Amino acid sequence: MKLDAKIPAGPIAEKWQNAKFSNKLVNPANKRKYTVIVVGSGLAGGAAAATMAELGYKVKCFCYQDSPRRAHSLAAQGGINAAKNYQGDGDSIFRLFYDTVKGGDYRSREANVYRLAEVSNNIIDQCVAQGVPFAREYGGYLDNRSFGGAQVSRTFYARGQTGQQLLLGCYSALSRQIGAGTVEMYTRRDMMDLVLVDGRAEGIIVRNQVTGELEAHAADAVVLATGGYANAFFLSTNAKGCSVSAAWQAYRKGAAFANPCFTQIHPTCIPVSGDYQSKLTLMSESLRNDGRIWVPRKQGDTRAAGDIPESEREYYLEERYPSFGNLVPRDVASRNAKAVCDEGRGVGEGGLGVYLDFADAIERMGEDQVRAKYGNLFHMYQKITDENPYQVPMRIYPALHYTMGGLWVDYNLMSTIDGLFVLGEANFSDHGANRLGASALMQGLADGYFVIPYTIGNYLAAKGAGFAGTDHTEYRAAIEGINDKVNSILSVKGQSSVDEIHRKLGLLMWEHCGMAREEAGLKKALSEMPAIAEEFKTSVNVPGSPGEFNQTLVKALRLADFLEFGELMVRDALERSESCGGHFRLESQTEEGEALRDDENFAHVSAWEYKGAGETPVMHKEPLDFEYVKLTQRSYK
Amino acid sequence: MNLTLYVWRQKDANDKGRMVQLQASGISEHMSFLEMLDVVNEDLLKKGDEPIAFDHDCREGICGMCGMMVNGKAHGPQDGTCLCQLHMRTFKDGDVLYLEPWRARAFPVIRDLVVDRSAFDRIIQAGGFISVNSGSAQDANAIPIPKENADLAMDAAACIGCGACVAQCPNASAALFVSAKISQLALLPQGQSERHIRVRKMIEQMDREGFGNCTNHGECEAVCPKEISLNNIARMNRDQIVAKVTKAS
Repeated sequence: MKLDAKIPAGPIAEKWQNAKFSNKLVNPANKRKYTVIVVGSGLAGGAAAATMAELGYKVKCFCYQDSPRRAHSLAAQGGINAAKNYQGDGDSIFRLFYDTVKGGDYRSREANVYRLAEVSNNIIDQCVAQGVPFAREYGGYLDNRSFGGAQVSRTFYARGQTGQQLLLGCYSALSRQIGAGTVEMYTRRDMMDLVLVDGRAEGIIVRNQVTGELEAHAADAVVLATGGYANAFFLSTNAKGCSVSAAWQAYRKGAAFANPCFTQIHPTCIPVSGDYQSKLTLMSESLRNDGRIWVPRKQGDTRAAGDIPESEREYYLEERYPSFGNLVPRDVASRNAKAVCDEGRGVGEGGLGVYLDFADAIERMGEDQVRAKYGNLFHMYQKITDENPYQVPMRIYPALHYTMGGLWVDYNLMSTIDGLFVLGEANFSDHGANRLGASALMQGLADGYFVIPYTIGNYLAAKGAGFAGTDHTEYRAAIEGINDKVNSILSVKGQSSVDEIHRKLGLLMWEHCGMAREEAGLKKALSEMPAIAEEFKTSVNVPGSPGEFNQTLVKALRLADFLEFGELMVRDALERSESCGGHFRLESQTEEGEALRDDENFAHVSAWEYKGAGETPVMHKEPLDFEYVKLTQRSYK
Repeated sequence: MNLTLYVWRQKDANDKGRMVQLQASGISEHMSFLEMLDVVNEDLLKKGDEPIAFDHDCREGICGMCGMMVNGKAHGPQDGTCLCQLHMRTFKDGDVLYLEPWRARAFPVIRDLVVDRSAFDRIIQAGGFISVNSGSAQDANAIPIPKENADLAMDAAACIGCGACVAQCPNASAALFVSAKISQLALLPQGQSERHIRVRKMIEQMDREGFGNCTNHGECEAVCPKEISLNNIARMNRDQIVAKVTKAS
């Protein structure tokens, strides 16, 4: 396997222009001769499907939900970054690029990140034109807020529902194309396999959740925009249906999987309560603009928050990181929360929580102003916890939230399989080892609206129109394989439920491959994982038949892939013995307990190649060169 | 706490369907309503029965996938709350709950509590957008929009498309859903070019899908988890009249 990132020549600020100019073009009249499959209808997939259809390609788009309007991009609350510099506070494309590379702890590809920063401004323009109701100031101009890891105010937002509003904008663009007949939309479909013909990605097999039928679809190219894999941990902030399955099928067909151990733990989530809990809920990072994080100075202090005097509180982020304070990047905030809780100073039931306190903000701005800014978040918190955050501080704790790793892609967003493109959270390219807040929405839309529409043309023009039909043997073989898989799961009829097994996997991953990782723990996880996979094979209980609406079967099929994938994540975490960003190896930390990188040995992307069932995958390295950002020990002091 | 559930069970679209009595035992008040159903489903699985099918995804009240009638009220008894954000502390030990799918001709049942809401998508496809291609937009700050209008547009845009409004309406009208999108775009300068043709097309599609007419009961607003205002329907009606008079096409 050869990893060629295909980074265009020239100075970094000109690379994207150069690439766009040297890319081959498909003549407007010829575009209709090409069909493109897009799997996923979130910000990346929806934007890609809509834009490619606008250009004239025939598009088939697939999602697992009942409507493309429900993709999980919509759960992002806080905002989207762009280098508009509307606040005149010194922002620029280069600064956004620099902050993103630094925030990612120098494990991302410079050229991709620069392009992301470059198109960020177009995204805001595009969304406003679609009617996305971003927050505005009284003069009618767009408002901004600050987010972690940046010292400028560059985040655009729509109350606490930015992701929803961006997704609905994207959904409206997609709907316009569906109505025009240029996109065929398939809902309630799970991608079961990727089909290669003569080494090129040419089609997919999906399972129709309503009828259970396996459907084959063929095209000139396949685009995956299927999100991240945080649900490997069972408890995460991802929607229940998010899975690694589509990416995993691609991996099994030869797409390299890059940096699977790079996962992001979000510092501000509502703490876990009870073992029935089905998912975790995030409280937007934007709350750290005005909320102050603290714990009692004394261990085991069980007094109510209001009874603890100022002098006995430790505002630990403000004390340890005076220049960034509560707005340090997510990995730093999460690790510090874990550290103070490990010291026995956590608050709430079980001691796994820290306070996020708005008392000062309420005093400074008044309750109404706080309500105007964060009302829906406070409302959500109150509903879940039955506590009023206007009166008592919120309790928060880190939780699995986002995955920076994903399928390896080159500058054109093409994977190691010809004709297979990967966008958004599903690829690995832009966030390195840690994603900054408000950058996920930016990347999804950048890839979908402004990158793939240019780069896919280059591939299609070189290839020429035309592909084998779905009666090709590869499709028949794939369908047979899936039928066997489905039938074997249904035939077990054992004693363990899908959720029970998934919880076991999640717990093992959280314990050994979560916020802090070390060799012994990772090895333990590797040795215990086969037993969980075996339990699934021999005693999972999935009732019903394949040819019906069977939600347990859908869950089981997703879990089957997580069970295989979990091992790869742990293997990658073991291999990378340095700490960087969200990947924290206890063996590699500075005296102050910060992540200590090892640039000499690990300034590379780890791209894993599948070698067959039961075989050990092989790791390939893509070296990372930093020409424009100087590698330094990150400091937010 | 322990509860008695009467749950609508229906194998598929062709099945007649019936209410089935089930017990929910050992429920914690901190569970969400859907977590309570998870527990009931795990019990059913252990007994070798098929679990209750219900739609859900984000479980944080934003995706709009979940929803069912709980004792005759869409999303249950708490105002401004999606079913997934409803917690069991709202109920007490011994309560009896009747769980039914959204009831509307335009939302056929797929299985148990799962319905087909694709009619909503087709209404948006008919005109619920601003026709702008990617890459052709001017600078975002080129048109200032009064904060008041931007806020009203945001209020309308908060709709999650769950379908509770339709389910609660005695006419199974989709007026609140449709008017929310119409209002959002009508309140913004970008939406003006297609303002009246949009109204006409979306309402035509709404009628084609078999939704009933709005007769101002206001039950939609009362159950809307995002508290979308009835004012939007007034705005839609006014635009519809203008569209008729001006023969927008």
